[in-house]
Amino acid sequence: MLLVHCPYCEEKRAEIEFAYAGEAHIARPLDPAAMSDEDWARYLFIRSNPRGRHHERWRHIHGCGRFFNAVRDTVTDKFEVTYKAGEPRR
Amino acid sequence: MSGFRLDQGGRVDRSRRVSFSFDGATYRGFAGDTLASALLANGVMLFGRSFKYHRPRGLLGAGSEEPNALVSVSRGPGRHTPNLRATAVEIYEGLAATSQNRWPSLKTDLGAINDRLGMFLPAGFYTKTFMWPRSFWDKLYEPAIRRMAGLGEAPSEIDPDHYGAVYAHCDLLIVGAGPAGIDAALEASGTSKRVILIDEQDEPGGGALDDPALWSWLNESLKDLAAAPNVTVLSRTTAFGYYHDNFVGAVERLTDHWAEIGSGPREKLWRIRAGAVILAQGAIERPLVFAANDVPGVMLASAARTFLQRYGVAVGKSVALMAAHDSGWRDAFAHARAGVNVAAIIDVRETIDAALLAEAQALGIAVRLGHSVIEVHGRLGVKGMTVARNDGSAATRIACDALLMAGGWTPSVHLWSHSKGSFAWDEALGAYVPDRPNEKVRCVGACSGKWNFGSGIVIDALPTPRNQARIKAFVDFQNDVTAKDIHLAVREGFKSIEHIKRYTTTGMATDQGKTSNLNGLQIASQALGRPVTEVGLTTFRPPYTPQTFGALAGHAKDDLFQPTRKTPIDGWAEEHGAVFELVAQWRRARYFPQGGDDMHAAVNRECRAVRSAVGIFDASTLGKIEVVGPDAAEFLNRIYTNPWKALEPGRCRYGLLLREDGFITDDGVSARLTPDRFHLTTTTGGAARVLNTMEDYLQTEWPELDVWLTSTTEQWAVIALQGPLARQLLEPLVEGIDLAAEAFPHMAIREGTICGVPTRLFRVSFTGELGFEINVPAAYGRALWEQLMNAGAAWGITPYGTEAMHVLRAEKGFIIVGQDTDGTVTPHDAGLDWAVGKKKPDFVGKRSLARPDIVAAGRKQLVGLLTDDPAVVLEEGAQIVADPAQAIPMTMIGHVTSSYWSEALGRSIALALIEGGHQRMGEMLHVPMPGQVIRAKVSSMVFYDPQGARLHV
Ligand SMILES: [Zn+2]
Repeated sequence: MLLVHCPYCEEKRAEIEFAYAGEAHIARPLDPAAMSDEDWARYLFIRSNPRGRHHERWRHIHGCGRFFNAVRDTVTDKFEVTYKAGEPRR
Repeated sequence: MSGFRLDQGGRVDRSRRVSFSFDGATYRGFAGDTLASALLANGVMLFGRSFKYHRPRGLLGAGSEEPNALVSVSRGPGRHTPNLRATAVEIYEGLAATSQNRWPSLKTDLGAINDRLGMFLPAGFYTKTFMWPRSFWDKLYEPAIRRMAGLGEAPSEIDPDHYGAVYAHCDLLIVGAGPAGIDAALEASGTSKRVILIDEQDEPGGGALDDPALWSWLNESLKDLAAAPNVTVLSRTTAFGYYHDNFVGAVERLTDHWAEIGSGPREKLWRIRAGAVILAQGAIERPLVFAANDVPGVMLASAARTFLQRYGVAVGKSVALMAAHDSGWRDAFAHARAGVNVAAIIDVRETIDAALLAEAQALGIAVRLGHSVIEVHGRLGVKGMTVARNDGSAATRIACDALLMAGGWTPSVHLWSHSKGSFAWDEALGAYVPDRPNEKVRCVGACSGKWNFGSGIVIDALPTPRNQARIKAFVDFQNDVTAKDIHLAVREGFKSIEHIKRYTTTGMATDQGKTSNLNGLQIASQALGRPVTEVGLTTFRPPYTPQTFGALAGHAKDDLFQPTRKTPIDGWAEEHGAVFELVAQWRRARYFPQGGDDMHAAVNRECRAVRSAVGIFDASTLGKIEVVGPDAAEFLNRIYTNPWKALEPGRCRYGLLLREDGFITDDGVSARLTPDRFHLTTTTGGAARVLNTMEDYLQTEWPELDVWLTSTTEQWAVIALQGPLARQLLEPLVEGIDLAAEAFPHMAIREGTICGVPTRLFRVSFTGELGFEINVPAAYGRALWEQLMNAGAAWGITPYGTEAMHVLRAEKGFIIVGQDTDGTVTPHDAGLDWAVGKKKPDFVGKRSLARPDIVAAGRKQLVGLLTDDPAVVLEEGAQIVADPAQAIPMTMIGHVTSSYWSEALGRSIALALIEGGHQRMGEMLHVPMPGQVIRAKVSSMVFYDPQGARLHV
């Protein structure tokens, strides 16, 4: 069970307090109606699935309730860093 | 019958005799004995039958590495534990153990025919022979193989024990309380660190328990640790798995060694998060690979010394040693000094340390260097051996009743491997040793590869002049894998140890190859002509030793498997005989039988009451979210499909929630209380998911919106009053709300009091009748329910459950998200176009409603379905076809999602998802069922009161 650092609580807590929430930095397009079907499908369905550094979202669902971003290595399963939603990509 | 108890020595308590039974025969041992040591002391050598060949087997080891001596212990109904290692079972008065995998008895086992047929059971035999035909596998091959090749029987009764679980946190966790682990704990005891020291055996000490010279050191050290307030020592506790971020799982065995079963938990699961971990798991001696190296009485030299010095038991009257390593010589010397005859020391090496030779000579032990055992004599026990020079010459028979093997040492790196630490190959040791850590962990003592047991050579198999193909030289004792099997796998083209392992099953038994992995690797490496490091390294996975399901499940079983959520009115329903069902985690009253009603009769009566008088329903499980803030309406406008900004305070709206991919995910009626405050409802099962989704959008997509979301599901009790008499019943009980139709129309909300209790009163209907949903603070729920029952008696008030609710809503064509939808249904598919705000520029899921797949023809659409025979109620989930005469497999065009007997219509009704359903109105379709094909006509989804006249009264 991983330890996850919540950037809002500023504490490492056990993984069972958190929920995974998919890849990070995929903003909802501001004007979906202006998008082509292909672009919209890419937004909906296509994810990077890298080997190595992965930017992803977590929610401290059984803690402060906040969504935040993290960089986790998909090979070692280690967190490199976690940071608040809205902060630039690390 | 050759082992015996020495007159003195060992750590057993000779003043406390313990009687126990094995396979029905009674034996006596001493307190402190294991089942293995006590049986050995009684002359028992035969402990079990091997997995595949049913060969007689004795003890190989003395600890948790033991592959052969697996036994079952039974102590009453539900307390049957199979596959315990006899070397790890402490004896207690009345212990009843039995051997496994033999029939009719351990000595006369008919399965031993497999041993004679051995040439027909090579590696991969099962896979090659029994692959075809598939149906034979399930019905014939597998059951037969399971009978013949197996472990102990799984218990068939419910386990009456209970199991504890704790989380523990420490700065330093030390796994293994041998000398290295104890030293580490002593060093940390003087600091402020919180230290936990765990050990799998019944007493701490590890290797020191085998060496009387260390006993006083051990006593003093354990006293010091006991006195250290920062150190916790746990015995009988197995660290079975090492997980991320220094999270270690361990099981403490609390009662299995007691003669009387107490009331406490049997075992305790420790979930330990450690700042740092020290692994001090020691090393396990390696067997040597030679013909018949599995005859009972052939065992690890170190194990024999453990029995000798820790338990005061000699494994034989005349023992011999086959060594490739110095450590075995010391074990043989210990036997000689204890008065046990040592028949011979055979060493495969040509030259040996002079001091060892001198000591052997002083003890009068015959020594043969450059020799190997080429055969072991005896079937149920060792009677002697034949040895020969390594070139095969000078074969000589030597009598002995036990043969000790000293093949070198393998560091116990299991937990290190779990933690994904890397390994380095140590040529001198012939073993992988820990290299770079992946966690905050280090290895100390023998498991780090640093120990002082002398030197030796690494050898894949002993030299023999005999035909390798005709001898059984075992590598994996538990899975009956021989050197020959590994050679065969290599000949058949397997090159990686991971593949060889799976093909031959070496190292895949419950012992995870503790004694076999490196011999298997060496043999594969020799056969392939490639260095070991190119052949690979198998990965160890938890658990280190088998653990009970009970310990892993802990309290999470039966009623505590998951929480049962109960509404404030649940107690009333229970007292009034409700039959319950689980909806998500909620326990809901399904129907209220009266006077021997079956479900059908009860549901019909409840439905009639709602349509003709008034019914009362506990809707408290509805998910509820309070949405508050200046931007609340804007937020809902973006989240839901329909427009919310123009909704006036005091009015309600049906909200349809899509995922961004355009499919329906939830729905519910919500009310605007004030310009900046909404009372949302969600489906019973969807509440948490909807709140999570809303929080997600609010926090990460639209943080500029000034809105707060609060779950209020459990703050409100909700009582639905539905039926033409609902208003008359309610009127005298409500204050501050005008219930008149014009003042309080359908889809409106008012705040006031009911029976003196503050209420949010919704005028809404999920039945098609005049209806109200009364929200009161949860604590008042039951009292209000009882008041309404009293006041309603005169109106024929009838409580109804979820089953009647389902029928009533289906008669009106109201969908249940998750039953009539399956995550691939759009608003248009569900006939809910009216709930989509066409003029809204955007909402969650809107763009997807224009995707090519979503607007394509032929999508499955929700429609009504009326059977030709009105008495036939379709099965929910039944498949629908257009042409019942077509060839099988038929083309299925949809399925039934909801189906009921409608008491109001006097016939069956159904909803179904059907390809192009909207274009099929009036079309006759077919539902093939066992024995018949049911005809049914596509219809509108609204079966009852299509004009809605009954609502607006
Ligand atoms: Zn937090």
